[in-house]
Amino acid sequence: MAQQATAVEVHQTSTGIENTKLAMWVFLGSECLLFGALISVFLLYRNHSLGGARLHDVYDIPFTSVSSFVLLMSSLTMVLALAAIQRGDQHRLRVWLLATALLGMTFISGQVYEFTIFVHKGFTVHSSVAGASFFILTSFHGAHVTVGILMLLSLFGMSTRGMLPQEKATAVEYVGLYWHFVDIVWIVIFTLVYLIPAPK
Amino acid sequence: MATATVTRQPLFSRPRPSHKGAWSWITTVDHKRIGVLYGFTAFGFFLIGGLEALLIRAQLARPNGHILNANQYDQVFTMHGLTMIFLVVMPLSAAFFNYLIPLMIGARDVAFPRLNAFSYWVFLFGGLFLYSSFLLGGAPNGGWFGYAPLSVQKVTGSVPFLHNMDYYAIGLIILGIASTVSAVNLAVTIINMRAPGMSFFRMPVFIWMAFIVQLLLVFALPVVTVALFLLLFDRILGTSFYIASNGGDPVLWQHLFWLFGHPEVYILILPAMGIVSEILPTFSRKPLFGYPVVVLSGIAIGFMGWGVWAHHMFATGLGPVANSAFAVSTMFIAVPTGVKIFNWIATMWGGRLRFDPPLLFSIGFIAMFVIGGLSGVTHSIVPSDYQQTDTYYVVAHFHYVLFGGSIFGLFAGIYYWWPKIFGRILNNRIGKWHFWLMLIGFNVTFGPFHILGLQGMPRRIYTYPANMGWDFWNMVSTIGSFMIAGSVLLFMYNAWHSRKHGEIAGNDPWDARTIEWMTTSPPPEHNFDEIPVVHALDDFWHKKYVEDKSGKLVPVPSGGATEEAEHHPEQHEEAHGGGHGIHLPSPSYMPVLAGLGLPIIGYGLIYGYYICIVGGLILLGGLYGWAFEPGTE
Repeated sequence: MAQQATAVEVHQTSTGIENTKLAMWVFLGSECLLFGALISVFLLYRNHSLGGARLHDVYDIPFTSVSSFVLLMSSLTMVLALAAIQRGDQHRLRVWLLATALLGMTFISGQVYEFTIFVHKGFTVHSSVAGASFFILTSFHGAHVTVGILMLLSLFGMSTRGMLPQEKATAVEYVGLYWHFVDIVWIVIFTLVYLIPAPK
Repeated sequence: MATATVTRQPLFSRPRPSHKGAWSWITTVDHKRIGVLYGFTAFGFFLIGGLEALLIRAQLARPNGHILNANQYDQVFTMHGLTMIFLVVMPLSAAFFNYLIPLMIGARDVAFPRLNAFSYWVFLFGGLFLYSSFLLGGAPNGGWFGYAPLSVQKVTGSVPFLHNMDYYAIGLIILGIASTVSAVNLAVTIINMRAPGMSFFRMPVFIWMAFIVQLLLVFALPVVTVALFLLLFDRILGTSFYIASNGGDPVLWQHLFWLFGHPEVYILILPAMGIVSEILPTFSRKPLFGYPVVVLSGIAIGFMGWGVWAHHMFATGLGPVANSAFAVSTMFIAVPTGVKIFNWIATMWGGRLRFDPPLLFSIGFIAMFVIGGLSGVTHSIVPSDYQQTDTYYVVAHFHYVLFGGSIFGLFAGIYYWWPKIFGRILNNRIGKWHFWLMLIGFNVTFGPFHILGLQGMPRRIYTYPANMGWDFWNMVSTIGSFMIAGSVLLFMYNAWHSRKHGEIAGNDPWDARTIEWMTTSPPPEHNFDEIPVVHALDDFWHKKYVEDKSGKLVPVPSGGATEEAEHHPEQHEEAHGGGHGIHLPSPSYMPVLAGLGLPIIGYGLIYGYYICIVGGLILLGGLYGWAFEPGTE
């Protein structure tokens, strides 16, 4: 948001870290507590299924593993996009930005598909608090991915119009920070919510 | 750099810088103007919240009161709490943060000026959103803490409360967004924008406390945001997070709420502690006693504040182990707070005290906060707390720390920095009347609550029968509340009076110690013609005074400070000529536009999701306009 100002500030900050970068880190720190609270709520409620379907009755680990892998790969393409703009390679920048956005969209599509299956099998927002806390946790994460996709597409649009020269590589870096954070959160969710079985 | 990239006609243009008219205030990104906006808005809400308090006291003045019915009373006391916490103390502190942080660390503005404006507008719209509920079917009525399952219910008996607590959940989420954005901005400002030489341990204590508050906000608000979203989903999506009969747990709300709520207590009090730590040294003509200890105890409070939340929940039945652990941690957190009290007293000890309103309010703060702190320690004793839970004793406690503490501290700050902000000093005599009337009125109002509480009068009741033994002290308390109202009127008269008749302040009316007093009153738009170079804690003091051989203070011969600055020619490059050529950010329409989107999304969640689309588009349009509007120069 404040890309215009950063180049001027870079020599003036007390710590030497750019303001926008520092702000992104502080914001991500705040986000840790947001997801921390949501994950805690899920862990608290995952056995509260009132005799209805539980997550472990309906999920499909191989499918979700693939979509998790897709999201992980998008971190790789994000790094490649940053490397491209730092070299001044606009063409590759666009390729990797678009690839990252597409991988993100694939993940979101997978999530929508997965949700549909779960609902058909009777695991819904209304079936139990276990269901509700699962859907709210994963939708918050999905919303974060969606915001990330919007930012990636905006960067892509800026690049095609020549509004993203090499000096503005920091803009890609900051979106990248956010994107990697959202990926890491998914790793935590996938591990805690899907892989570790709920104690009886 | 920005000019090189804007080759085509920019899609959006920025408003021209101007200093007159409503639009110049709506589009401003100047931290000082935003600070003033925060201050006046918060004071407006203070008057509204005060009127609600008077309604409450009028209702309870006599047994079987009938000024309000139960339903109205519930709305009024809930809105009183929400207003005073989220729309008065927090934004009034934000007003000081906004105005003073850049001035006290020697910066030209905050790190993100437009984001700063955005925070203000979101706060204002969030407050208006909350208050619009009065016109749209009823205000929140479940207490400021919104305990489940009451907060989830839409019907009580036969009375429908369709949207009251929807406004609560959405309003607080919006206000939380405003505070989070502002906290990120100000935290980065303090870390990154300090003047040359101002290391962390040369920062004024107020800046330290501000810094701790920003970090508490950043980490505490997301927790309550989650709690509020779950509440909202329980209400509008039909989930059961807080409904025990469907597998949910109402105590979960209390955990999430107080995990935010206790750091919030320190968010409310630390700014006042910072203000008092600036005023006492100035008015005692002595340095703050034990600066590092005051700072470190503030940091300790910031950490320990996360480990005491369950002392709000002793009566929920957490079990003896949890209760004992939180009892001990609660007793522990009194230690760093007590340390500060002793530091303040030692600062005044042997000083040449000047009993002007800023000092009077600071001493009032210390005295009242000690009383509130001591009754707070009694809450940490679990068996005693069982007796006090949900009685007026608790109401007495938190009014002593939040009114006797925060509000007295904030008034001290208002008297102290008013000359810097408006260029004129508030009248001393009226100020002293204000102080004494407020102090007496405060104690007459809230002192009796201790007795009422120990006599068993429950809080949140809209009326009580006669012959409970509560009549006398309730009447006393009501009389006190009108004394407080009178003292606030005195303050408003003083402020109005000072516009024409206040003594012209000059740069440094109090012979103060910190660098915001080096610049003019009010400061120019660019704050400092030359960014000061800081050599010591209380740098401005050391520029004015040196000690002679016998340890007495001697004024530095005039011009001495400037000569010293001459040794640092690199600081002179940009600012000669009264600040011409200093680039300041241009005003912008986008923060207010983007901010407008949030309450519209809020109304959409209540009245129909299609309205959310409108709000979402406004928000998105504002943010894109923000990102793509031409740069500052």
